[in-house]
Amino acid sequence: MQLFDELKTLGQKHIKADKNAQQSVPSGVWLACPKCKKSVYHKDLGVYITCPNCGYGFRISSRQRLEWLTDSFSEMDQDLQTADPLDFPDYAKKIEKAQRATDLNDSVLTGVAKIGEQEFCLGIMDSKFIMGSMGTVTGEKITRLFEYATEHQKAVVLFTASGGARMQEGIFSLMQMAKVSQAVYAHSQAGLFYLSIITDPTTGGVTASFAMQGDIILSEPHALIGFAGKRVIEQTMHQKIPEDLQDAENILNHGFIDAIVKREDEKKTIVWLLEMNQGKAGEQSS
Amino acid sequence: MALRNEPRKGGRAVIVSLFSKKQRTAGEIVAAARDGQKVTGQELLAEIFPDFMEMHGDRLNDDDPSIVGGLAHFTGRAVTVLVIDKGTSAKDRIAKHFGSPAPAAYRKSLRLIKQAEKFERPVLAFINTAGAYPAASAEEQGQGEAIARNLLGIAGVKVPLLTVIYGEGGSGGALALACGDEVWMSENSMYSVLSPEGFASILWKDASKSDEAAEVMQLTPEALLKANIIEGIIPEPNAHKRFCKNIIQILRPELEKLEKLSPDELVAQRKARFRKF
Repeated sequence: MQLFDELKTLGQKHIKADKNAQQSVPSGVWLACPKCKKSVYHKDLGVYITCPNCGYGFRISSRQRLEWLTDSFSEMDQDLQTADPLDFPDYAKKIEKAQRATDLNDSVLTGVAKIGEQEFCLGIMDSKFIMGSMGTVTGEKITRLFEYATEHQKAVVLFTASGGARMQEGIFSLMQMAKVSQAVYAHSQAGLFYLSIITDPTTGGVTASFAMQGDIILSEPHALIGFAGKRVIEQTMHQKIPEDLQDAENILNHGFIDAIVKREDEKKTIVWLLEMNQGKAGEQSS
Repeated sequence: MALRNEPRKGGRAVIVSLFSKKQRTAGEIVAAARDGQKVTGQELLAEIFPDFMEMHGDRLNDDDPSIVGGLAHFTGRAVTVLVIDKGTSAKDRIAKHFGSPAPAAYRKSLRLIKQAEKFERPVLAFINTAGAYPAASAEEQGQGEAIARNLLGIAGVKVPLLTVIYGEGGSGGALALACGDEVWMSENSMYSVLSPEGFASILWKDASKSDEAAEVMQLTPEALLKANIIEGIIPEPNAHKRFCKNIIQILRPELEKLEKLSPDELVAQRKARFRKF
């Protein structure tokens, strides 16, 4: 009986100590890496927000990425608004909330960027905007980015992150895949370079269109890349799918991306690839 | 800026039909699009074309039978035909994944479209699919890449590509063959970004509310025509032969119209068709 009491006392003391700790230590100091599952001290994520253990790039907002990626950036089409083509219930509210959270008008940030002397068109999708889903504004902004690049003879660098089509815009979301593809085609026909960089997660209609249409396709370590969602495959096929089926590393092994590049190496890799792929026109002018 | 597209001027989009007297719900149209008694891909090939020779293989390492591709005559001219077929016998249906094309099928279709371009043949595509094959194997074979490659490849093809959706038009798996110059739908067909069941389960956590979802999604031929997603609707009587005759009657003048365009005009018009969305 005495032993039991002692345990109880100890237990209470322990809980008390825990409560104090909660007050003085802010939450989110220790994170679990979603890929390698190891605990990571938040400061060890560094400026690039990557796992020091496995190199996984945590999901970051477009504006966060912009902070370390470019030397200068001038934004385009930041005022386009969706026409809500299906008059979808509560969609306007959802959009507003996402806009406040990301400081973007829709799930992609586009504009003209400069690193050193290299000027190029840059798009960064934001998974924090309704899972980076592709609405009509997303498609329009990316289309305009390619059109601008074609007109001004510039390369396009596009970071993808998307759950796929935006349900709330129905078939209009699907049409964006074809619309953007047309613009990518025209850009490619003009002999210009398109670099697609896949970040976690890129799935559905974005994988099935511009993410996979780059002249060169890179990915961040352990990014999820797929077409059908894991749950859809498991429910339709009644098969358990391997944990790493849609990992960038497995996709690389199957030949669908050119290379995996760590986040801290992206800036210099982009500059080098832009130089390598500027064609004859570029060689003559430099 | 309004991204909603304007009604097309000049009235090119026409409803050619005799719609049934009573208005059907979206749920009923979905059921009709999936009806087992529906015309099959094999029947389309037999009724619309006097001759047909199937061509196999993606020339990479595979052949997926869910898209049947080949050469035929259509109203006197040589064409390339692509048909997504759900299959008839149990064995056939399993081989065709119930009409869900694997990456090899899309690669084969693009190969045949490029060949059609070389020999200046128009392409006719017929779609009935719940969507691209969602299997682990399809993921590893690059389902996303295969569809992306079709979208990019078809963007610049210099021959007309006409598409008829004669059942389900499921998402990217359908778009991969519906990104050409014209898309027509049969009366009993649907075209959507997601199945109504999937839509309902994501939105209301309840797949049984699919009828409600179908209504919200605007996936019926009439709704899509109104939104200018498609060119028109093909009347679909129960008699399959009659339906095939309707297809011939409608596609023939459309094809003649497209054949008058120069390759550059054709590609520019195709681009404009999607640019408005």
